[in-house]
Amino acid sequence: MREFTSEQLDDLAFGAAVLGTGGGGNPYVGTLLARQAIEEHGPITVVDPEEVPDDALVVPAAMMGAPTIMVEKLPAGNEIVVAFKALEEYLGRPITHTVSAEAGGLNSVTPFTLAAQLDLPVVDADLMGRAFPELQMCLPSLSGVSATPMAMADEKGNSVVISTISNRWTERIARSVTIDMGCSSMIALYAMTGAQLKQMSVPRTLLLAEDIGRVAHKTAAEHGDVVAAVQERIGGFRLFQGKIVDIARRTDAGFAKAEAKLEGTGESAGSTLVLEVQNEHLVARLDGEIAASVPDLIIMLDSESGEPITTEEMRYGFRVTVIGAPCDPRWRTPEGLELVGPRYFGYDIDYVPIEKRRAAKQRRAARSRGR
Amino acid sequence: MRIGIDVGGTNTDAVLMDGVRVLAEVKTGTTADVTSGIVAALRGLVEQSGASASDIQAVMIGTTHFTNAVVEAKRLVPTAVVRLGLPATRALPPLVAWPPRLREAIAAHVYLCQGGHEFDGREISPLDRDELLRVAEDMRGRSVRSIAISSVFSPVNASLEEEAAAILGEELPGLPISLSHEIGRIGLLERENATVMNACLRDLAEQIVAAFRSALAELGIEAPVYLSQNDGTLMSVDFAESYPVATFASGPTNSMRGAALLSGLEDCAVVDIGGTTSDVGVLQRGFPREASVSVDIGGVRTNFRMPDVLSLGLGGGSYVRGNKPTIGPDSVGYELPSQALVFGGETLTASDLAVAAGRASFGDPSAVAGLDADLVRRGLADAERMLAETVDRMKTSPDPIPVVVVGGGSILLGDELPGASRLVRPDHFAVANAIGAAIAQVGGEVERVFSLDQLTRDAALDQAKSEATEKAVAAGATASSVRIVDVEDVPLPYIPGNATRIKVKAVGDLELGRFDGA
Repeated sequence: MREFTSEQLDDLAFGAAVLGTGGGGNPYVGTLLARQAIEEHGPITVVDPEEVPDDALVVPAAMMGAPTIMVEKLPAGNEIVVAFKALEEYLGRPITHTVSAEAGGLNSVTPFTLAAQLDLPVVDADLMGRAFPELQMCLPSLSGVSATPMAMADEKGNSVVISTISNRWTERIARSVTIDMGCSSMIALYAMTGAQLKQMSVPRTLLLAEDIGRVAHKTAAEHGDVVAAVQERIGGFRLFQGKIVDIARRTDAGFAKAEAKLEGTGESAGSTLVLEVQNEHLVARLDGEIAASVPDLIIMLDSESGEPITTEEMRYGFRVTVIGAPCDPRWRTPEGLELVGPRYFGYDIDYVPIEKRRAAKQRRAARSRGR
Repeated sequence: MRIGIDVGGTNTDAVLMDGVRVLAEVKTGTTADVTSGIVAALRGLVEQSGASASDIQAVMIGTTHFTNAVVEAKRLVPTAVVRLGLPATRALPPLVAWPPRLREAIAAHVYLCQGGHEFDGREISPLDRDELLRVAEDMRGRSVRSIAISSVFSPVNASLEEEAAAILGEELPGLPISLSHEIGRIGLLERENATVMNACLRDLAEQIVAAFRSALAELGIEAPVYLSQNDGTLMSVDFAESYPVATFASGPTNSMRGAALLSGLEDCAVVDIGGTTSDVGVLQRGFPREASVSVDIGGVRTNFRMPDVLSLGLGGGSYVRGNKPTIGPDSVGYELPSQALVFGGETLTASDLAVAAGRASFGDPSAVAGLDADLVRRGLADAERMLAETVDRMKTSPDPIPVVVVGGGSILLGDELPGASRLVRPDHFAVANAIGAAIAQVGGEVERVFSLDQLTRDAALDQAKSEATEKAVAAGATASSVRIVDVEDVPLPYIPGNATRIKVKAVGDLELGRFDGA
């Protein structure tokens, strides 16, 4: 058990932006909200998953909707409390813990607003180990745990509880309700026991995000190599170093899609990297060959400052380093890949774990040197 | 004939122009009272050119005065902020994340009220007249001198801000009111911040505008006066009294616009090399490209229409250190005339390298004759590399583009720059900023979210274009000269109805004589 104060928020926000793999919403508003809540209600108690009793009732809290709306129609602050109360009433017993639905972006801190107001402990874990765009893309889906009953609330005090036949239906119906609520809503879903949470979440991702931020800020203060420090901390691989030379953007079926082309510099001179984007970075092609793909993490950092760059911020001329990191192993199972693999997002490619792609590439390079 | 004046932090520059011809140019020090510096510059112009006050048809002024007031948190008036949007937005009230010093300087009173719109035009809650009357009553009991009003999604629908302004205006006659939809774009906190800054500058705006007017009156100039805005267009001096915040960052904009005129180029990169820093920007159709990210002013986050400028610590006064020399980022600054080797000083500066390499001839060249030729070459090559990389960062395509270099420090560069199709160093490069002010045009801008379900993309663009054109004409442009200089449409994900944010900017030549500003 530890105490989380507003001083730790900047580190957490940095790390959450890294784990957001280019998506996950505006971290500025999320951080401001969490800071306000902590300043008003005091520090937050964060507990390790191992400290959660098996019979605890854990409910993840998240924001659903368009990031563009979030910067204009700011929340009232108690939406998430209304959603929790609605779900609690439906379930007929008290919720004992909350947790992040995603480790990346704005939603990594959404539970903090709730935890501060209700004095609930936050479990240091999340349901993705990164950020994904849809509700069903959570680890409990793999174990057949239903996302519903799910409660949703808006700032006006409206709340609904929905029950669905599958988690994909949850996404669909919740999206419609969110639009009626003004394109943003606060949600409480995937109610779980403590025992279930321990099995179906990625543990200690708050600590990881905070740590990434702390290492990055410390390295920056010492004028060190922030990119290398971040890469080392997440256990990732350096895929490419270069400059953005082209970005083609389009909107398709509710996704902000883009294709970014990067020209190599330094160690990557002479090579080209193409990134396929749907809210997040999904596929990286190095000289026509796939170097990494979803569900593995593809992260873009400013080569000089090491700051993570969101897919919306990408611009021609940015000097960036792209790193890749392995996703949680459960996403690599056939069921996991059906939910979040490249084919779900419309890419007709087989998923190969990033470290295997990496090793194969190195073997080929060694062979061609040996010849 | 027109006069262009740039009142900077250090220098006040002025030019007298006939059409696009420069008749006279003056550089003087900026004075504490602003007025006397301008008077001195104007006198200089008259002396140089022999022009008489009656020849002057318009005076255009660019100033950093208002930006400085916010940065220094000085001369700001007590301001009330009214936000319409309850029950939404309560979690982050107005002025959240403002530095306490600035918050105290404006003695802010904050009111959260009902109102606001959803993204699709529905009201979040109806405006409550009684609630606003109570707010007015409360303000009366305090020493509020200026009001800022913001409303959720007011860039899409401004009606509630206007209604609230009418109610408060009736109750509190004479108090200036600033409305957020007239000042910023989507992004409630940033737009509201800019509106509050505008509101707290209203008193100072009146004083400064009066100072400008009296400086001109002193010389008998009766021509209308305009202030340049951050996007390179003009506003009448009356408008400036109400929207002082629109002058923020007009300095770099003017210098880029001046560079465009002097070089005859409309699509190019502009490098403005001063004594301490270099600013690099890009002109598209003769106007600076705008920054898309938030801009911090005095520690407050805003989303102004700001030119997209990258600054780097490289200028004529930059320190040169070591054998494999590093240049900058620090500089001897205003002490260049005494510190540099060529001026008999003891410090090796970037200017010394330029003189040693024969790129410039001032001071005493013999003072740098003994410098190691390799060091000089490497140092200047390094400066070139830094500037070339910055220019490259600002480009939107890999093709080489022309680069115009202005400012006193431009002697650091030779005749070419990697990545540039050519390097242009125009005449009068030292007063490019005042020239930019003098030639500024007037503009109109529209930025709104359109639903392309009910409207084709072309129809939406046409609608936005004609609205922007109307705004430009209303601002003083000759109708026949108005052209569309910027069109941007960004699809918005997760929002139904195929929503797209469309931004259109139109500009035209100022119709001389239509407005009687002075």
